[in-house]
Amino acid sequence: MTLDAETVKKIARLARLKIDDQAIAGYSKNLTNILQLVEQMNAVSTDQVEPMAHPLDASQRLREDRVTEVNQREQFQSVAPQVQDGLYLVPKVIE
Amino acid sequence: MPLHHKTLAELAQGLRDKHFSSVELTQHYLNRIAQWDKTLNSYVTVTPERALQQARQADALRVKNTAGPLCGVPLAQKDIFCTHGVKTSCGSKMLDNFIAPYTATVVEKCQEAGLVMLGKLNMDEFAMGSSNETSFYGPVKNPWDLTRVPGGSSGGSAAGVAARLTPAATGTDTGGSIRQPAALCNLTGLKPTYGRVSRWGMIAFASSLDQAGPITQTAQDAALLLNIMAGFDSKDSTSLDSPVPDYTTTLKDTLQGLRIGLPKEFFATGLDDGVARVIDEAITQYKKLGASVVEISLPTSQLSVPAYYVIAPAECSSNLSRFDGVRFGYRCANPADLLDLYQRSRGEGFGAEVKRRIMIGTYALSAGYYDAYYLKAQKVRRLISGDFKRAFENVDVIMGPTSPTTAFKLGERSEDPITMYLCDIYTIAVNLAGLPGMSIPAGFSQGLPVGLQIIGNYFTEAKLLNVAHRYQQVTDWHKRIPPGFE
Repeated sequence: MTLDAETVKKIARLARLKIDDQAIAGYSKNLTNILQLVEQMNAVSTDQVEPMAHPLDASQRLREDRVTEVNQREQFQSVAPQVQDGLYLVPKVIE
Repeated sequence: MPLHHKTLAELAQGLRDKHFSSVELTQHYLNRIAQWDKTLNSYVTVTPERALQQARQADALRVKNTAGPLCGVPLAQKDIFCTHGVKTSCGSKMLDNFIAPYTATVVEKCQEAGLVMLGKLNMDEFAMGSSNETSFYGPVKNPWDLTRVPGGSSGGSAAGVAARLTPAATGTDTGGSIRQPAALCNLTGLKPTYGRVSRWGMIAFASSLDQAGPITQTAQDAALLLNIMAGFDSKDSTSLDSPVPDYTTTLKDTLQGLRIGLPKEFFATGLDDGVARVIDEAITQYKKLGASVVEISLPTSQLSVPAYYVIAPAECSSNLSRFDGVRFGYRCANPADLLDLYQRSRGEGFGAEVKRRIMIGTYALSAGYYDAYYLKAQKVRRLISGDFKRAFENVDVIMGPTSPTTAFKLGERSEDPITMYLCDIYTIAVNLAGLPGMSIPAGFSQGLPVGLQIIGNYFTEAKLLNVAHRYQQVTDWHKRIPPGFE
């Protein structure tokens, strides 16, 4: 699999990453090499193999549905780039 | 003996015997950091006031005789652990302005034990790297040779302990990030069983692989620190609820009858001759200690690097989507619209290697490719885990080299991601299987440290520490300090 410039741009868009035009060729080369490394996996047949999502095959632990957290909005928003009246500010979305 | 030549165990004894106070000890290390860290770059942040404050509290507890075993001993944290009120950068420009609003469980447990935090240690950006060269704060130098890398991603942790700018450190290991730098810097590093140490407040890279552990001078110190770090945490949904033994009580158990498996795949092409020679000598030493050796095979381990470079990037692309320039971290200047804000904040805030991995992960998870990459990698992961399961039916521990080479030159591999990825060829399979693994000092090749890797079955950290400790009782490699840093 070769990742050409168009594909690199498409992936960057999906990942919400701005990549400079002059860097595209470098990404294309490196990502292609990485995918070639990855495709060595195809050397082994895995038809009858169950995918492994957790090393100990443990399942998600559930807890009782009750409030355990206190409201720390002010503290958590103290590290935000821009807030006003308890709200995160972003550029205007709706015209 | 100068204070910084002492292990955690010896420093704790000195504090108990009132040979020195925690304030004196802490000041000694702060002085060393001030003197040496301009050369090494092992710390991102030094926290002298906070450290001395904690040291005073520890001294007060010692007077009242209510101190725990490591109370008043200094330590430094990898800058991946959130620490309330302290910058927590994860080695990234993205978090250069991030003052953590809460504290990671690992840091909290260290605080409760009375350990004094000297500061936060440099690392590869978001723990993605094997040389500490991807850090936004610049590369860390290896104290054994300043033109070489200390390994990564816990490179600051390893360099800092090796140069005795802290007596011990925490690290994290997703594909080898504790064991490989420990090997390259002549230290003891332990990656526990997946789920043994809480990941809460530890900035996530690949959540099904990430695990925290100690980087220390000795196995005894690693046992002391793991006693503090390990344990169930309801705040981490993958934390395992299984009892934590006192890891120090079994250190001296005999190795008579220990069965060691040597995977033939770990001694094949690609292994440096000097490293191979040192590992052979270490195995001979184990035979003298009463162990027997059998050759084993981990056939699918050959595919661990390919499988890892699907699973880790896939999980990273998902985990790092939280860095959006809105709630915390870096935001680009004058965004034109919301999309521009996302794309430029992330494009400018992340370094090249992080962007590469996000893109590989995004591609592997994108529509039409999921089965061919992510699902395939998870199936290979099952095969790798099965290889270990079979091996542990006949052996107690598996041994081999931690890294195929000794520390390489700065810049030597940073241009080609693939050569960098292959640094972790012997360590990655252990993360994929979720097993505990260690690296201990085993000798030198051309003046550079070589690490012996010891892999155990699930929850056998006590056995690994025992196996490592007995070796350290009859060898002195772990006592070597880099010339110039004595």
